[in-house]
Amino acid sequence: MSVLAALDIGLALLVFAVAAWTVFAPGAFAATVGYVVYGLLLSLVWIRLFAVDVALTEAAIGGGVTGVLLIGAAARLRQAEMTTVGEAPSGVTRLFAACLCVLVAAALAGVVLLLPDQGPTLAPQAMERLPETGLGNPVTAVLIAYRSFDTVLEKVVLVLAVVGVWSLAADRYWGGAPGEARAERPEPTLAFFAQMLAPIGIVVGVHIFWVGADEPGGAFQGGAILAAMWIILMMARLTEAPQTNAFWLRLALIAGPAVFLAAGVAGVAVAGGFFAYPSGLAKPIILFIEAFMVLSIAVTLPMLVAGPPRREPRR
Amino acid sequence: MTSGTLAGLVGAALVGLGLYGVIVDPQALRKILAFNLIGSGVFLVFGIVARKGAAAGLQSDPIPQAMVITGIVVAFAASALAVALTLRLFEETGRASLRADGGAKPGGDGAGPE
Amino acid sequence: MRFVIDVFSVAAIGGGVFFFLAGTVGLLRFPDPLSRLHALTKADNLGLGLVVLGLLPRTESLLGALELVAVWALVQLAGATAAQLIGRAVRRQGPAA
Repeated sequence: MSVLAALDIGLALLVFAVAAWTVFAPGAFAATVGYVVYGLLLSLVWIRLFAVDVALTEAAIGGGVTGVLLIGAAARLRQAEMTTVGEAPSGVTRLFAACLCVLVAAALAGVVLLLPDQGPTLAPQAMERLPETGLGNPVTAVLIAYRSFDTVLEKVVLVLAVVGVWSLAADRYWGGAPGEARAERPEPTLAFFAQMLAPIGIVVGVHIFWVGADEPGGAFQGGAILAAMWIILMMARLTEAPQTNAFWLRLALIAGPAVFLAAGVAGVAVAGGFFAYPSGLAKPIILFIEAFMVLSIAVTLPMLVAGPPRREPRR
Repeated sequence: MTSGTLAGLVGAALVGLGLYGVIVDPQALRKILAFNLIGSGVFLVFGIVARKGAAAGLQSDPIPQAMVITGIVVAFAASALAVALTLRLFEETGRASLRADGGAKPGGDGAGPE
Repeated sequence: MRFVIDVFSVAAIGGGVFFFLAGTVGLLRFPDPLSRLHALTKADNLGLGLVVLGLLPRTESLLGALELVAVWALVQLAGATAAQLIGRAVRRQGPAA
């Protein structure tokens, strides 16, 4: 057995063990910490699958930003845990659920094992037209050029999620700012950390977005890193969460999908088809669209983490 | 057994684990965690499909990879909305589970008394 | 020359792995949270430093080497901050935190 095979098997067992801890851990906080570790280990699995863009996205969004969201929620819900102690289902229900889940897992594993060695693939078609888009990274080309409509709809889903989260506020808080209503001094340790990390993080985030045209990276990964920097600044209380009726905030939230959609509609007039890019101008247009996407993602993710408004809006 | 097949099997196991967590655990937050486990297990099955589509000089088919990236972002958006709903439920009723009887006030969908 | 570089890499990375192992043993065996924190942060930072040192001769460019050192510096920064915050939480709430 080669060293890489041993690494793969060890990594697979570790991922499964940490996932089992997440499901069976005694407290919600411990389970959430286990989930963050699980997300980071999962990005290693994605690297072994030769999908580096996915590994970056899983580490940044799946492990990082989701982890912040869930740990914050677990800390706030600690008091509620005691009330659910008596509600755990009976042993018979658990046994039945376990049998059902083993069946589902076995069926899926059977499908995985029965897959042919060389499956149907669109890679040749993707690589064939790659020079026309001017990009070097086929995954970015799929996201912004070949399947651009899917990505637009995904950006719209993000905006809908923000609207959904904001609409959970009480009526009188609509338009206010998320977070507590106290104006406090910055939290010293986190303030030091944020002041050292934010400049580096912003450079790294923009770099990963820019380099995603030719190498693994892209708008989602870079935007997630920029979002993380803003989240850290808000957690360190160096800056307050903005009011949700702020014009610049709402403009930044919709800038990504709006510019993307406008480019798609303009393609009808200029290049002959919905979401067609004129030849020769494809790469500048793609980078222009991606820049606004990065802005939107960097603003949307922290707003989703910050939650619904909890203060009255100031006029 | 290639790394792709191993990842696919782990994905299948994760779907089973996550499904058990969603069914059995009464707390809403644990259900959200288990739901995310199901999602990442499904993405791993996408991963093996992508790996088996290696061709044209690439190690892995880029189309399923792009779909997984889209899926991860959408799963985060869904988790954020679910967590916001759970926290609102906790603020309204002091409970973090979804039992129909007990402390839930009628009309607790945000239109009730705040 | 390649052989010397390989031996150095293996030795440094092996030393790093030993320190990670020592830190994990400390995490599992030390009695209270503060001493566990102590073992983790010290041993893990040193372990990562040795691993980065072992990987430095294998990079292809100066930029790659600088990236590795930057990764180590950022992990130190994050680890130190996390240790401070956890330590303060333990002191406030007692060892049951």
